[in-house]
Amino acid sequence: MDKTTFEMKPAIDGPMHVSRKHDSAHKHVTGTAEYIDDIPEPVGTLHGGLGLADRAHAKILSIDLDAVRAAPGVVWVMTADDIPGANDVASTGKHDEPLLATDLVQFHGQPIFAVFAETRDLARRAAKLAKIQYSDLPHWTDIDGARENGAPLVTEPMTLRRGEPETEIEKPPLRIQASMNIGGQEHFYLESHIAFAIPGEDEDVTVWSSTQHPSEVQHMVAHVLGISNHAVEVKTRRMGGGFGGKETQSNQFAALAAVAAKKLKRAVKFRPDRDEDMVVTGKRHDFRVDYDVAFDEKGKIHAVDATYAARCGYSADLSGPVTDRALFHADSSYFYPHVRLTSQPLKTHTVSNTAFRGFGGPQGLLGGERIIEEIAYAVGKDPLEIRKLNFYGQRGSGRTVTPYHQDIHDNVIARIVDELVASSDYKKRRKAILKFNETSPVIRKGIALTPVKFGISFTLTAYNQAGALVHVYSDGSIHLNHGGTEMGQGLYTKVAQVVADCFQVDIDRVKITATTTGKVPNTSATAASSGSDLNGMAAYDACRQIKERLIEFAARQWQVNRDRIEFLPNRVKIGNEIVPFDTFIKAAYFDRVQLSAAGFYKTPKIHWDRAAGRGHPFYYFAYGAAVSEVSIDTLTGEYIVERTDILHDVGKSLNPALDIGQIEGAFVQGMGWLTTEELWWDTKGRLRTHAPSTYKIPLASDRPKIFNVKLAEWSENAEPTIGRSKAVGEPPFMLAISVLEAISMAVASVADYAVCPRLDAPATPERVLMAVERLKAL
Amino acid sequence: MNSAIRFILNGEDVTLGDFSPTDTLLDHLRLTRRLTGTKEGCAEGDCGACTVLVGRLTETGLRYEGVNACIRLVGSMHGTHVVTIEHLAASDGTLHPVQQAMVDCHGSQCGFCTPGFVMSLYGLWLSNENPSRAEIESALQGNLCRCTGYEPIVKAAEQVAKARPSSLFDPLERDRTEIMAKLWSIRSAMETIVIEKDGARSIIPASLEAFAETLSNEPQATIVAGATDVGLWVTKQMRKLDPVIFINHLPELQTITVEPNSITIGAGVSYSEAHGFLEAVIPAFGVLIDRIGGQQVRNAGTIGGNIANGSPIGDTPPPLIALGSQLTLRSHSGRRTMPLESYFLDYGKQDRMAGEFVEKISVPRPPENAHFAVYKISKRRDEDISALCGAFNLMIDLDGHVENIRIAFGGMAATPKRATHVEQALIGKPWRWDMIAAAREAFDQDYQPLTDWRASAEYRSLTAKNLLTRFFLETAGAPAQLQRFEMEEA
Repeated sequence: MDKTTFEMKPAIDGPMHVSRKHDSAHKHVTGTAEYIDDIPEPVGTLHGGLGLADRAHAKILSIDLDAVRAAPGVVWVMTADDIPGANDVASTGKHDEPLLATDLVQFHGQPIFAVFAETRDLARRAAKLAKIQYSDLPHWTDIDGARENGAPLVTEPMTLRRGEPETEIEKPPLRIQASMNIGGQEHFYLESHIAFAIPGEDEDVTVWSSTQHPSEVQHMVAHVLGISNHAVEVKTRRMGGGFGGKETQSNQFAALAAVAAKKLKRAVKFRPDRDEDMVVTGKRHDFRVDYDVAFDEKGKIHAVDATYAARCGYSADLSGPVTDRALFHADSSYFYPHVRLTSQPLKTHTVSNTAFRGFGGPQGLLGGERIIEEIAYAVGKDPLEIRKLNFYGQRGSGRTVTPYHQDIHDNVIARIVDELVASSDYKKRRKAILKFNETSPVIRKGIALTPVKFGISFTLTAYNQAGALVHVYSDGSIHLNHGGTEMGQGLYTKVAQVVADCFQVDIDRVKITATTTGKVPNTSATAASSGSDLNGMAAYDACRQIKERLIEFAARQWQVNRDRIEFLPNRVKIGNEIVPFDTFIKAAYFDRVQLSAAGFYKTPKIHWDRAAGRGHPFYYFAYGAAVSEVSIDTLTGEYIVERTDILHDVGKSLNPALDIGQIEGAFVQGMGWLTTEELWWDTKGRLRTHAPSTYKIPLASDRPKIFNVKLAEWSENAEPTIGRSKAVGEPPFMLAISVLEAISMAVASVADYAVCPRLDAPATPERVLMAVERLKAL
Repeated sequence: MNSAIRFILNGEDVTLGDFSPTDTLLDHLRLTRRLTGTKEGCAEGDCGACTVLVGRLTETGLRYEGVNACIRLVGSMHGTHVVTIEHLAASDGTLHPVQQAMVDCHGSQCGFCTPGFVMSLYGLWLSNENPSRAEIESALQGNLCRCTGYEPIVKAAEQVAKARPSSLFDPLERDRTEIMAKLWSIRSAMETIVIEKDGARSIIPASLEAFAETLSNEPQATIVAGATDVGLWVTKQMRKLDPVIFINHLPELQTITVEPNSITIGAGVSYSEAHGFLEAVIPAFGVLIDRIGGQQVRNAGTIGGNIANGSPIGDTPPPLIALGSQLTLRSHSGRRTMPLESYFLDYGKQDRMAGEFVEKISVPRPPENAHFAVYKISKRRDEDISALCGAFNLMIDLDGHVENIRIAFGGMAATPKRATHVEQALIGKPWRWDMIAAAREAFDQDYQPLTDWRASAEYRSLTAKNLLTRFFLETAGAPAQLQRFEMEEA
């Protein structure tokens, strides 16, 4: 009998609702956490390199790859003709995304061929030697260009409508029509894409993929190879960051590696260089919001009509659901009595844009917050007053229905904002800033409080399902597997806490194993902030089944009533007897109790009719608010974030330390999106900000100088989620809107706050300076 | 002549004769040594995931500095001690205090950047027992994290500063004497090293004389000091270089001479080493250096290289030109000295003849009554390439008139360039706002900047003018720029 397990501990290590370090923290800091590029390579492993188009839109006239084939170390050069199955990696089923271009190039940097060589260096060098002739076609890379050229839509647009917006928008005394441009964003996960394929017997192939969506990679590899899903196993232990950039974008690298591995019967690794990764994978969508808002003298909104146009790139990818989610969040936290919202997913000759933390929600919400800002400047009030005036109400207020006709039951935004106003000393600081600006000629300050309400669930109802596989081995150790992937967010840790809590064993007894399509099939992407909601519940379901069998066994073996069986820390109390957990498990094994279970979960209550624009797409909402204070230099447009205070709602937190990490990280990432991160294409359609030397994500010295982050500790999810917790991955990203609006206020000071600065995003120093100049000239 | 380099890798003595001049230290670590804790994030020295410490002998002893292994070339490792993440924890697995602090503060999420952060924090921990927030942020300028928002990492740096276990625990403190002795022995046995692989040669000359002679025989050679620029020719442009002459180990190029009226900096002096000397005499120059690259780049990159490569946006040429610095070029047959601005002929073209190399730059100390300022404008405050960088060196006479002013900008033309029209508009005039307002317009005669991803032509033009305004306000004692930290905090 193991002594440690017989200790009468009052509580286990690592239960739910307790801060606990990331399961891989020790491995991270010692460099022993294994990423795909660290896996020892079998003898003969080959490396892939990409041959990219250097036109934005052109017919391919000829492809001469002789020099590539003749280059040192080259084993094989692959074109679309070599694909055994479908030349298609479109996640939508629209067949609009070839793995390798054949006769048409649709964005600068589109892959045309792949080369496989003895080393990665040789493959990269060889890939530069191709001679490709093109015949140019007209191209456009942005929303203006798309509209001017009458560009097609990459997918069906959506309209949300409630009330009588067409007529009601004429009625109120005040009305503003304007536009906002919102830039895209590169994910800049620190580990760029990678796939490592190892061929097996028959049609089998195993692919290690840095992906948020192993099941889709599995299906796509099978589709490209022309084989059944059952021949493909996809594994992911951890990603070096994902943020949505590895939801669909991993497919191409996995498919290329798998095709070559099967053809050459050798292991094949595909790891693009950082610059190539940034050129050939999609990003956050840029948006143009054209808004029309009618309101009264107090600033109360009566009607909103807005069009959200998006730069989608050359194919649909996830642009449909992304633009849908933008519309779902165009109301931010505000009740619009009459509303019409329309999406316009435009085709451009750029890489196909994709998922990115918030998935269109941030752009939707930002449009809504711009409307508030416009109203505030128009009526001469603190934007916070306008916000409070327009918040969704509590049940019975008649102000609870969203533009998509879902009734909001769990609204806590007013409480969060009130508490944050008090804890951040907002009112006093705003007064001080107004006074400071009166006498400061060059440096100006601004402060803003912005709220977040974010709908949780995949809007495609089918994705809201998850599976888990739990084995309890006869020594009492536990093997945990589920369909969610670990990209740093701490999902594995949280789900292990659920399992440890459920069995009442120390978390070290739970082995967290790599996500693989062989253990849990047909999984959804780890996306939409849903990871712990879905997989936590699925794992709980698996544990529940095993526990049920164990209780049944104990009741039978010890001849006691079920209600006298209790799982205590690392032991089980059966009647008056205390049995160490592992002794108990061994006994269950000898009694032939099945100690393994597959768990399953599907989110209840949700439904959505896209064509009608009606339903209940979200299981619940997560809320939060942030106050940011900035200083700007009106001679150069430079700025500093002086202080940020955040109060955020994660329900009853599964792991407060990890949740705070998600909030801080999301905020700074959001701040980057709205400030220094600028994607810049030249007139030839080339992305020129394709590396960290030119694309600037925040540094330690960009984060708020004072950064206070708190959880709304009183919050519990109104719905019975795992431990009454709430999703946390995406919602806090939008707290960064407070920074943009604070900069905007500082700009507005140069025209005595009489004009809304209409600052576009990202607010680079250049955009800030130009806005200052524009307002000064008024 | 020798045919292998010698260095120490963690606890192992390495003699290496089989490498090409473009082999990177990162590939050597990951592919040859299977030390996979060091990560490749960008392969261009910006993200810091590949940070390792490199120890080398300096006048003050053994100095360890973080560098980017991705753009460090193997040929530059002779006579150094390379320390990777694998060297930190004790053999029984006990974490180094720096690692433990990162765990305790939840400083890792996805973990991919973490080894690089740990190494940067370790470099800081070794060199600074009580770092301020400003110093911590400065030490982390060359490390990108996309998950945490940095707050827990900065907290870890603060927490570990206080944790000072017995020096026996720290591998570098413990082995310092032994490592120094080994590095001295490598240095004292120095002979010129020539290594050929795949038809390309690495040359590590034994002395400055040997370097000059080699270069006269091999005028097409690529000269590599810190490789913070050349490294990208290799990793991004995949250029083949032959031969490469490595000069980072030459003590003759690493001298800094402070004289009453000038400071002379050898071409091999890194930004980090120059920092303290320049800051002491010209504080604004020190502030600028803090904003060049990240710490890893400043530890490897040299002011000589920043000049030699002739970039139109190099950050040190504008202040050096405004200060009236003199550049000395050397070759096997002698030396010549010229004003720095004469060195930059046109885009990508410098006045450097075959067989010549940059030996040193001599920076005049501004007189007591001078006002000197240099302003760097970039999209992101730190670790970014300038959209524009302007330097102003002003002397006002007793009547309040401009006795002399030298203004130079980078990012505004094909080369770093003086604003002679603006200077002429100001010289002899009262240093007064109406004169400034008039002189601002002369910038349009001096510069016709370009639009690119860093800034538009309009922004560059307007901001150049506004920087003159800022300079004027500052000479009048008015606060006219943002400071993340008050100077005393830093």
